[in-house]
Amino acid sequence: MRMEKIAALRASLARPGLAEASIRIPLGHAAADLCLKGGLERGVLHEVFAAIGHEAAATGFTAGLAARVAARKRLLWIRQDYSALEFGELSATGFLEFGIDPARLLLLCVADAADALRATNDALSCAALGAVVIEIPGRPKILDLMASRRLTLACVQKTVTAFLLRFNAEPEASTAETRWLVRAAPSPPQAENWGHPVFEAGLIRNRHGRTGEWVMEWSCDDGLFKEADRGAVVSAPCDRPAAAARQAASR
Amino acid sequence: MVVAKVDNALRLSAVERKATALGLAIGQPLANARATLPALKVVAANEPDDLKLLTRIADWCDRFTPHVAFDGPRGLLLDVTGAAHLFGGEQALLNRIRESLKAQGFAVRGAMAGTAVAARAFARYRDGAVIAPGEEAETIAPLPVAALNLDHITTHAFRRAGLKTVGQVASRKRTEMTARFGAGMVAILDQALGHGTQPLSPRLPRALYWKEQNFAEPIATEEVIRATLKSLAAALASVLEKRGEGARRLEAVFFRADGALRRIAIEMGVPTREPAVIERLFREKLETLADPLDPGFGFDLIRLSASRVERAQGEVADFDVSINEKADISFLVDRLATRFGSQRILAFQPNDTHIPEAAWLAVPAQYAQPTKLMWKKIREPGDAPRRPLRLFTRLEPVTLLATASGAQHLRWRKVQHAVAHCEGPERIAMEWWRHETPPPERDYFRVEDGEGRRYWLYRAGVPPQWFLHGIFA
Repeated sequence: MRMEKIAALRASLARPGLAEASIRIPLGHAAADLCLKGGLERGVLHEVFAAIGHEAAATGFTAGLAARVAARKRLLWIRQDYSALEFGELSATGFLEFGIDPARLLLLCVADAADALRATNDALSCAALGAVVIEIPGRPKILDLMASRRLTLACVQKTVTAFLLRFNAEPEASTAETRWLVRAAPSPPQAENWGHPVFEAGLIRNRHGRTGEWVMEWSCDDGLFKEADRGAVVSAPCDRPAAAARQAASR
Repeated sequence: MVVAKVDNALRLSAVERKATALGLAIGQPLANARATLPALKVVAANEPDDLKLLTRIADWCDRFTPHVAFDGPRGLLLDVTGAAHLFGGEQALLNRIRESLKAQGFAVRGAMAGTAVAARAFARYRDGAVIAPGEEAETIAPLPVAALNLDHITTHAFRRAGLKTVGQVASRKRTEMTARFGAGMVAILDQALGHGTQPLSPRLPRALYWKEQNFAEPIATEEVIRATLKSLAAALASVLEKRGEGARRLEAVFFRADGALRRIAIEMGVPTREPAVIERLFREKLETLADPLDPGFGFDLIRLSASRVERAQGEVADFDVSINEKADISFLVDRLATRFGSQRILAFQPNDTHIPEAAWLAVPAQYAQPTKLMWKKIREPGDAPRRPLRLFTRLEPVTLLATASGAQHLRWRKVQHAVAHCEGPERIAMEWWRHETPPPERDYFRVEDGEGRRYWLYRAGVPPQWFLHGIFA
């Protein structure tokens, strides 16, 4: 009797969907991975907010996250026409130089946020995709808590990860697993030549863990994030006792 | 009475039956007609509207056969090969077409024969006739030469030579005819006699396979339409499967009971014959139509036709992408293309040029073909990216300012940014072999501002002007 029960429990745990959904993909940045309990969760919704004027940096950061999570699968990037005019069109050679094979990318051009969300719901039901990036400039009314809950539910059914890339927007209530605020990090003043792209990435919300802020460097050759090795900029560590105490108090 | 300007003169282009009885004819100058009949009422010809009306009649005729061709400004040719038995035989079909059109208020003449030329001649001189195969030659013989619908000069020449009927023309030796009037005229004569065929040039792309469903009672509800599409798709799929083919383009035609017609087409990136997939794509298309399908009094005929098919072969297994994944992606691409248009879902391909904005192509993912070109990185391993992630498609002028202290500033979109680092130049010359006078070459600089944003600027022209081309991540 008891053995049967255990076997049934084991079988339910070994369900393929469950095992796959809980996979976390390490970013490569040790402190951030520690904070994320091993890495970025696959099959959920993540949000990346660009600091005003740092849209290209946020694009790069999101591309890096999506490439990590998607592994070898294809990426769908949904962008609005306005976004291409205002912040620049996505460049295939740019992605190539960034370390992402452009052949893996699919670009969907839509007119407005409503179309973008509709397309996302279609795309999230396609298990062959690795990740979907939805670029949304401004604060469209249609993107409310209900819409983000719908996206989260659509993600959970499959293994596709969704990234909501927001420009010119303030964070608001959503069901995202993590929320990042990204800006470009300046190179040290005495640097001879600038290196790989460097981001000041703030994890400002994490449903299942602590938050933090780090300076991350995207390694274009290895396709992962690293600690930026620059003396001038010190990252704000999340695991200092004072920070932990503050977070505990705020919880 | 309708009048049109031909050869700089107003001539009659259409004449009422009463006026014909009074001796007026098409082609007569208006002045002559006025002289004989001063009380003439004249309307200016409106050819575009006539063509529109004829197109609508042709659309209506589509229910009898998908092969309808225009014939001159006011004729239609219907290829009913293999379709007549569906309407109770050739005579019944012809009568039905003529009577329906008459009931709609048109003056109709029609005939059926083995070739287009013969059918045209009989329509003019033997309205309502159905000529059995092989009998064209003897039936057409007593008709006047004008029945051949040759050009004016040739017809006139025959008349002057005393050849008044088609039979008389046909009795002459072909060699004489060819020498005098050319091979084209002889070919037309042969066709009129029922020999040889002339291909019709159909109005619409010829459907390769089609299935249709007639309804005794017009249908209007969405569920029935969907179910019908699904059953038609299944029927079509079985035909395609037997041939080992799949459809790339499918068209559903909805014939409304009142004669209106609506065509809705979907396209697929890979040859498809799955009824469920086809039905799904049509459902999406019908849901997202800007001008929704209006059943009016209901549809009495729905036809599903495959206008482009390709061989659908089993995919060869790939090492990194499984077949299932490929099929899933192409289905997603089809769905997005159906919803937003195929030019909106794009895949990237390399392009063999060093001009930064042209170094890649964004092609519709549905039609993307594998290319032999490879993606080539510009940077060396370990280096920072040399091309920006976001590239502006429009010119973004910037101004460079130097302050008194020697620090440089960059002014873009009315905002000033301090320049912290600068790398360059990288000179990119325009392609002289493509342009008569190539645009000025560009000197590219990578510039970082105090906040860490990295811009890609270029200087071009004399005097130099600065533009922002892109922003690095």
